[in-house]
Parts: sequence; C-alpha cells; structure tokens
Amino acid sequence: MTRLKDILGLSIKRHRSQLCWLAAFIIFLFILPLFSGDYVLYMVMRIAILCLLSYSVNLLLGYTGLLSFGQAGFYACGAYACGKVLLAGTSLLPGIFIGVAVAAIVAIILGFFCVRHTAIYFAMITLAFGMMIFSLAEKWVEFTGGDDGLIGIPRASLNFFYLFSIKMNTIPAYYYFAIVVTLIAIYFLYRILHSPLGLIFQGIRDSETRVSFVGISVRKSRLICFTIAGIYAGLGGALFAPLEQTITPSTSHWITSADPIIATLLGGMYSFSGPIVGSVVYFLLKDIIVRLTMNWMLILGTIIIILVLAFRGGVMGAFHAYLSPRLK
Amino acid sequence: MSNFIFQALNGLSSAMFLWLVAAGLTVAFGVCGILNVAHGSLYMMAAYFAFTSFQILGFNFWLSLVFALIGAGIIGFLMERFFLRRIYDQPIEFQLILTFAFILVFDNLTKMIWGTMLIIPTMPSLFQGTIPIVGRPFPIYNLFIIFAGIAVGLIIWVILSKTWWGMKLRAAASQREMANAIGINIPTLFTAAFVFAALLAAIGGALSTPIRVCDSGVGGAVIIQAFVVTVIGGLGSLKGAFVGALIIGVIGALCTLYVPFIELFVLYLIMAVVLIIRPQGLFGGER
Repeated sequence: MTRLKDILGLSIKRHRSQLCWLAAFIIFLFILPLFSGDYVLYMVMRIAILCLLSYSVNLLLGYTGLLSFGQAGFYACGAYACGKVLLAGTSLLPGIFIGVAVAAIVAIILGFFCVRHTAIYFAMITLAFGMMIFSLAEKWVEFTGGDDGLIGIPRASLNFFYLFSIKMNTIPAYYYFAIVVTLIAIYFLYRILHSPLGLIFQGIRDSETRVSFVGISVRKSRLICFTIAGIYAGLGGALFAPLEQTITPSTSHWITSADPIIATLLGGMYSFSGPIVGSVVYFLLKDIIVRLTMNWMLILGTIIIILVLAFRGGVMGAFHAYLSPRLK
Repeated sequence: MSNFIFQALNGLSSAMFLWLVAAGLTVAFGVCGILNVAHGSLYMMAAYFAFTSFQILGFNFWLSLVFALIGAGIIGFLMERFFLRRIYDQPIEFQLILTFAFILVFDNLTKMIWGTMLIIPTMPSLFQGTIPIVGRPFPIYNLFIIFAGIAVGLIIWVILSKTWWGMKLRAAASQREMANAIGINIPTLFTAAFVFAALLAAIGGALSTPIRVCDSGVGGAVIIQAFVVTVIGGLGSLKGAFVGALIIGVIGALCTLYVPFIELFVLYLIMAVVLIIRPQGLFGGER
C-alpha cells in the first residue's frame, strides 16, 4: 500500500473519498462512448482542451500570481505546428510532440522577456507577444494559410514504433486518445504542483521577497512556470488541430486567451480541480445559454461580474467554504 | 515624398483618436489605479449614440456630440459607482477580468439595440470638402480632427494644472491617504475622474463616426491599440499617451503605405520592445 501511495503521490488514507470520486469520474469518461453520440464526445473533448488551456492559465494566475493575456499564442503555436506536421503526412504522435515542442520553445524564448515583469506589465507584455503571434498567423499566408487558416488537417492514425497502428478517423477513437492524453497531463501537473517546485510557485505568489531570501531564483522559477504553462497550452492546441481539422488565426487572438481565464475564475483559481470544474461549467453554461438566447455574451458578462464582485473563489472556493464543512 | 507627407498627415488624424482613448485610459489609471479594459467600449457606445442622434434623429453635429458625451458620462458614472468602486483594493487581475466582462456586456447590448450592421453616417455638411496639401486633396474633417485632438490635450492640461479640481485630482493620484486626510472627498473625486475619463473616450468615439467604420466589436479593437499607446508612452503619463499615440498613429499609417502586411506585427513589436527595454514607458516615472 505504501508503494502505491508513493507511486501515485497521494495520501490514500486522507483522500479515500476523493479518490473514489476521481475513480468514478475516470470510469465515467471511459464508458461514455458506449451510450452517447458523437456530439457529446466532441463536447467532452472541447472541454478537455479548454481544461488544458485553463491549467496553463491557472498555473500562472492561481499558483504564481501572474495574469497572462497571451496563452492563446502558445495554444496556436501548438495547433499550427501539429497541423503542419500532420499535413505533411506523418502519424499522430509526431504531430502532437512537435506541437508541444514548438510551444515549449516559443514559451522559453518569450518567457525569458516576460518573467522580468509582474502584475500589469506581465499582462501587457504577454498580450503584445500573443498578438504578435496572431498577426503572424494572419499575415504569413505562405506558412499559415492567412485568414483561411490550415484546412483539411488529417486525423492521422496512431502508429506506435511500427508495432501497431490505431485508426483515429472516428470520433470515439480520437476521444479515447484525447482523454487519455489529457488525464496523463493533468496527473503530471498534479505531481509538479505538489512537489517542492509547486510550493516555490505558491511562495512566489504570496511573497516574492521571502522566496528570494531563501536563496531561490524567483526569475528562474517563473521561467520554469511560464514554460510549463506554454507546454500545456501547446498540448491543448496540438489536440485541437486534428479534432477540428481546421485552424484559423482566431485561435491566437487575445479574446481566445480570455476563455480559459473566465473558466478558471468560474471554477476557482486557488483549488487544483478549479480549472476542470470551471471548464465543464463554462462550456455547458455557454452551450445552454446559446441554445436559449442570442444574448449569451450579456449573460456570460453578468455572471463574470457577479463572480468577481461576490465569489472570487469560484465554484470550488464556494464549495470548500460553505459545503465542505457541513458534509463532514 | 508627397506620398510620405500625405500618409503621415493621415496617420496624425488617426493618432488623435488613439490619443483621446489613451488619455481617458491614463486618467482612470493614474487617479483611480484601475486599468479599464472596457474603455474602448465607452468609445464604441459614444459612437453609437452620436450616430443615432445625427443620422436617425437628425440632430446637428455638435448636438450629437453633446448627447454622446452625456450618454457615455452616465455609463461611466454607473460603472464606477456600482461596480469598479468595490474592487479598488483587489489585485489588478480582478480589475482586468471585471472590466473585460463589461466588454461582453456592452458588445451584446449594442448588438441588441443597433443590430450587427456597420455604421458610417454621411459627413456633416459643415466639413464636406477637401483642401490641397502637397498637391493632393486632404479632407477638411481630418484636419479638424487633428486640431480637435490638440485642443482637447490643451484643455486637459489646463484642467489638471490650473484648476482647483485638477489640483485635487493630482493630489489624490499621488497620495491617496494624505489627500483624504486633508479633507478631499476621495470616493466622489474618483467617480468624477472616471466620468472625466469616459468623456475623453466619448469625444474620440463621437468624432470618429463620420470617417471610421463602427460595429459592435470595435471596443475590443480600440482598447488593444490604446494599450499599445499607453504602454509605449508610460502607464499613467498623459504626455506619454500623447507621444505614444503620435508614434503609433504615424508609424501605423506609414506601414499601411509601405509594408501593409506587417503593420500589426510592427505595432506589437514596438510595444514588446518598449516593455523589455523600458517597462515604465518613454515618459513614465519609476514604477
């Protein structure tokens, strides 16, 4: 039992009920294709991608205290790189890997400049870089296809060292791939955030001076955080490209960067599960509101205003504050 | 060469719109400490008010301008009094997100009221016509915009440095507690400052209607340009906002003429380079 505990990095005794919920949730995700149509699976995949992007935002916002308006830039880097590779006719994994790698490299380079700043200046410089990527996506027609974007990206099959090959052309097949990748990615992030590195991030958020007094380089830690955030945004983009099979420049616009910020805020930025809950709530909310009324932006805006003024902890914050003590 | 001068003049007139929006952004940031992402939406609402008054209701140009100012002023008052006031002591992230939510609300409201059409009314007869500059016809209205922008700049300068109210504003901007202690009513002053900022955006929006296309998404586009301008000039510096607007307006116009494909890229590149080399901007003090 101790070994399992070590491997999973969870304290099993304390979190038994949480683990049960988690197991139930994962089993639910895996049996979902048995009784639901393609549209539901598509929705879940979009939620999973938004979730990765929200983690990318929340790693910076909730854990390190930096608001980025440019995460869509890395998302687009992942999506365009993956799209280009897949269009060249490779199998799925190289596309995903190169998408993530390109996002990571861009994040390291831009992060080098971004992490010198905090608060408003950080928001502004990430906005500037994000919009630079946007203008490249829009105007570098030879490479990105301009306004039309990349069209007809194949959902290539998954070849594993020539051992076996799984076709990805159906929605359920790609669903399993996307869900497994997302779950693994979230698990890795959980481990990172519950490691000393994660504590350093939170330390920086709470008091930069103290962290630097302990002898830790604040700037280097921020750069690591920024790069991980870029990788997660890039992974989201890389999964997005084969799903939609089309990428347009709007994926990199700053308005796209706002979606995960809202989702994170909705779910709760100081809780690990916040971005998941937020992405689910945000996506379903948007889907329901769009069906009921033309004026979804008005309702969404009102919800955000209420959240910021009254419930800054989001759904999970409210859960921990009001419901959790009573359940015990 | 005549192309260059002509296009630079065009850039100068579009710089004035940037200046008016950026000036409001700067006043709100400098006094209330709030970076209002929805400031571009005030510009947009004012443009719609002016359009409705001029084109649909048939009032004259100046009266339409006044109506637009009143409308945007009321919106600014409501925003500050009931929403922004509650989050002054919160981290800047929450202010950015809250004011972003206002973009969504305003965009949707304009769609509900005016539909999704592009608006560009006829030029008021007062300003029809052109005058020859470097051998080419330059619209009188663009010339008027340049003078109006400079005039508003002078008015702001007089208000801030020569009047009692402006002095209180500067006091509150630099030492909030001290200003409060000597009997300045800070909450009221902040509301007034925010309304003043809204009026500056509204002048830009209302004056833009005869020559610039306006639709329900223009608020987001305008605010991004205003961010570029204020960041280059230095957040919180009015002089910086003016110079930043001139730089961005003229460089933007010249890029459109010579290298049309990388215009946007160049603007954001300038913004990023300024942030890297001199984050406080060209005219900002120590941060």
